Order: sequence, then C-alpha cells, then structure tokens
Amino acid sequence: MLEKRIIVCLDVRDGRTTKGIKFKENIDVGDPVRMASFYYSQGVDELVFYDITASSEKRSIMIDVVAAVAEQIFIPFSVGGGIGSVSEMRRVLLAGAEKVSVNSQAVRNPAIIEEGASLFGRQCIVLGMDALKDPSFPSHYRVVIDGGRTPTDLDALEWARRAERLGAGEIVLNSIDADGTQNGYELTVTGLISRSVGIPVVASGGAGTMRHILDVFTKANADAALIASMVHFGTYTLPQIKAYLHENNIPVRMDY
Amino acid sequence: MRIAVVDYNAGNLRSVETALKHLGADFFVSNRPEGILAADKLIFPGVGEAKAAMGVLNTSGLDRAIDDFYQSGRPVLGICLGSHIVLSDSEESNTQCLGLVPGTARRFPQVRGFKVPHMGWNQVMHDGTHRLFKGIPSGSSFYFVHSYYPEPRESGTCIARTGYMIEFCSGLCLENLAAFQFHPEKSGACGLKLLENFIHEG
Repeated sequence: MLEKRIIVCLDVRDGRTTKGIKFKENIDVGDPVRMASFYYSQGVDELVFYDITASSEKRSIMIDVVAAVAEQIFIPFSVGGGIGSVSEMRRVLLAGAEKVSVNSQAVRNPAIIEEGASLFGRQCIVLGMDALKDPSFPSHYRVVIDGGRTPTDLDALEWARRAERLGAGEIVLNSIDADGTQNGYELTVTGLISRSVGIPVVASGGAGTMRHILDVFTKANADAALIASMVHFGTYTLPQIKAYLHENNIPVRMDY
Repeated sequence: MRIAVVDYNAGNLRSVETALKHLGADFFVSNRPEGILAADKLIFPGVGEAKAAMGVLNTSGLDRAIDDFYQSGRPVLGICLGSHIVLSDSEESNTQCLGLVPGTARRFPQVRGFKVPHMGWNQVMHDGTHRLFKGIPSGSSFYFVHSYYPEPRESGTCIARTGYMIEFCSGLCLENLAAFQFHPEKSGACGLKLLENFIHEG
C-alpha cells in the first residue's frame, strides 16, 4: 500500500536555515545540510527547501546547498523559491534535487509548468500554491502570490486543475489562513482540491500537533503532510510522529 | 570491478552517481557504446519518456551495446524507466524497446481514488532468494514515481511485487539482468543496501 509521506520543510536564506531551531543534539541548526542529514537519519520521507534569499546574485549559494544535500541524503527532495525559468529548473535538478517547485512565477507565466514538464518530466514539476479563504470565488478559495501578499483573480480549485492539465506532477497546497497558526491544516480546501485532481496533493500550513497530521490524512485525503515548526522547535520528533500515525492505522514508512 | 552508468539523457543521473560515490563504488558515466562495453557491470538508470529514451539509444548505438553487454553474461541493473526499456515494448507512445525480457510496460488504469503517477514510498514483496535483496526484508519500503509498470510475459521473471490499484511487478530478473521499478538511489537505507549488493554481488 502506498504510504502517506511526512515532508519536512526548511526555509533557507543566503545558504542558512532561518528558523530558530531547538535541538538537544549538538548540531549547527543554521546549516541546511546538517539539518537535512539529521531529518534523514530520523526517517523523514522527503524534504523541501524554500530559498527565501532576497537578492538574485546570492541565488547560486542555493545551488551549492542542493549539491551538498544530494551527497548526504538518499531520499527525494524538492527546491522552491524564486525559480522562474527552465534554465533555473535545470540547474536545481542537475545539482541533485528530485523536483522543483514553482509558485508565484507559475501564476505570472503558466507556460513554465508546461515547458518544465516536457523537458524534465511531469514528476519533477511541483506547483506550490497559496490559498486564501474568499467566499466570492467559486470554490471559496482564492490564489494569492508573493508569500500571501498579492491577491490574484484565480480560483484555487480552477488553478489546481489547470496546473494539472499543464503538466504539474504534484501540488503543495498551503493555506494562508492556517499558516503559522499551529491550529491544524485547513481541511476544507485540502479535501476539495485533493479529491478534484488526479495528482498527489501535499497539505501545508497549520500543523501543530500529531492529531493535525492524522486529520489531514483521514478527513482531507492528503497524500502527504508538510511540517516545519513542530519538529524544528523540538516539540515532536519524526519517529514519534510516525509511531503515532502507525498506531492510528495510517500507512507510513517505519523501516528507516 | 568497474561499473558503467549509461548516460542516455534520461533524467536524474546525478542521484545514482552520488549514491554510488557514497558507497565507494568504482564507476564511470558513459554515453558511448565502446565505453560501456569496457565495464564489468552496467547500471541503466532513467527517469523520462520511453520513446525519447529509445530514440537516443537507437541513434547512438547504445541499444546494441546494451544487448551485447547483457548477452556477454555480465551483470546489468535497470532502474525505473530502465525496467521498461529492457522489455519488448511499452504502452508509453507505443514504443518498441530492447526486448531483453519478454513483456510490456503498461499504463496504470484510471481508478477512482488512485492518483497517477504512483508517487511515494510503497512496500516491495519478494521471496528473499534473489542476491540483490540480501539483507532487505520482504515488505521494506522503496520510493516510486511512475505512471507505467512492467508486465513480464513469463511470471518466473518477476522477482518483486508491489500493490497500487493492482499488484504489479516491481522487480524483474532474467539471468544476469535485474531491473526495478522503484528508485534504490532515493530509497534511504534499504535502497543503498540494494545498490551495495549489486556492487559486491552483481
């Protein structure tokens, strides 16, 4: 049976992880390569790196990070943040990432999904999408870009379906309403989109407890759950989360 | 023992290279027939589209070189698309493949509740007799990402099975050739163990 994936997200700025992370172990918590190795040893199923570097001239630092991560962890990982052309996609994939994620850039230029999928295969192209509750839209959710700052005229469900048609192989659906609250994933929009598309949907935003992860799998049909603070701050460990899900009859990878 | 990794423009070569490097394997990457024929073992990786991949193999002469290599009895390991290319043909763009193992790569049917591609970790069932599974319990999880799966004509050539909508063949073996639908290079400790078995036992 296909297992539900637990994906840990790391934000990287100028080659350093940004969240203040509390570990009992003696690791450099600002080093994304060390962090990746740690989560790999803990049994994470996949990793996501978001490059939040502000200046484009520092972007090449991220390529070095990707290459160093690829040498140490032997599970899939994706890279997103500021990728706006197929040549940038190629650089990230050649450096060793399994997938690239496009968000605001795909809204501004949807053809990048199509071009990326035809060049590298659709399994490489992830659509990152930020959804905000807005009852004036048909699905009641609107797409926002630029980290939630810029509203668009796109309906979240329509955009998800269109991205699938264009060639996206997976959708990471982040709820702006839930993001950062640690009050749980936005189950309504996650369930709506996951049941309406034929590609995997990764739930993102709002995870604070193990129960939240269980709920997004059992109530919202998510294929994977993205988590960050709940493990970065040491509130939970990956083995603890996996064991909890396993006890609650969610198929998860236990042999790592 | 030198391992050649076939480069035929079929996606993520680097992940196979980094895994081999990590395991201390003696290997090189080659896109030339004479290059791969000089090796002791062959790895045939690949993510991509069957027709495009066969096009590259046909025009470069790598198709005959892989066939010759296999016929010589030296160990061959196919990964992902590599497990389709070794079959007779693929439903993906109706592609004629290398024909080393009789069979067809089939597309997953459309079944409500099952997404395609089959993406993520899934269990691989095997009977424990194949040398490449040494030290890997049946039911261990490996990483998959694919929309087509191998269907060998003779059930005896199937050495591993995985369930997704249907039970499909996730591992093939015919004499000195083994090929897997999953990605050992992306499957954590179990995947590295399988690659290590290939390096040491072939």
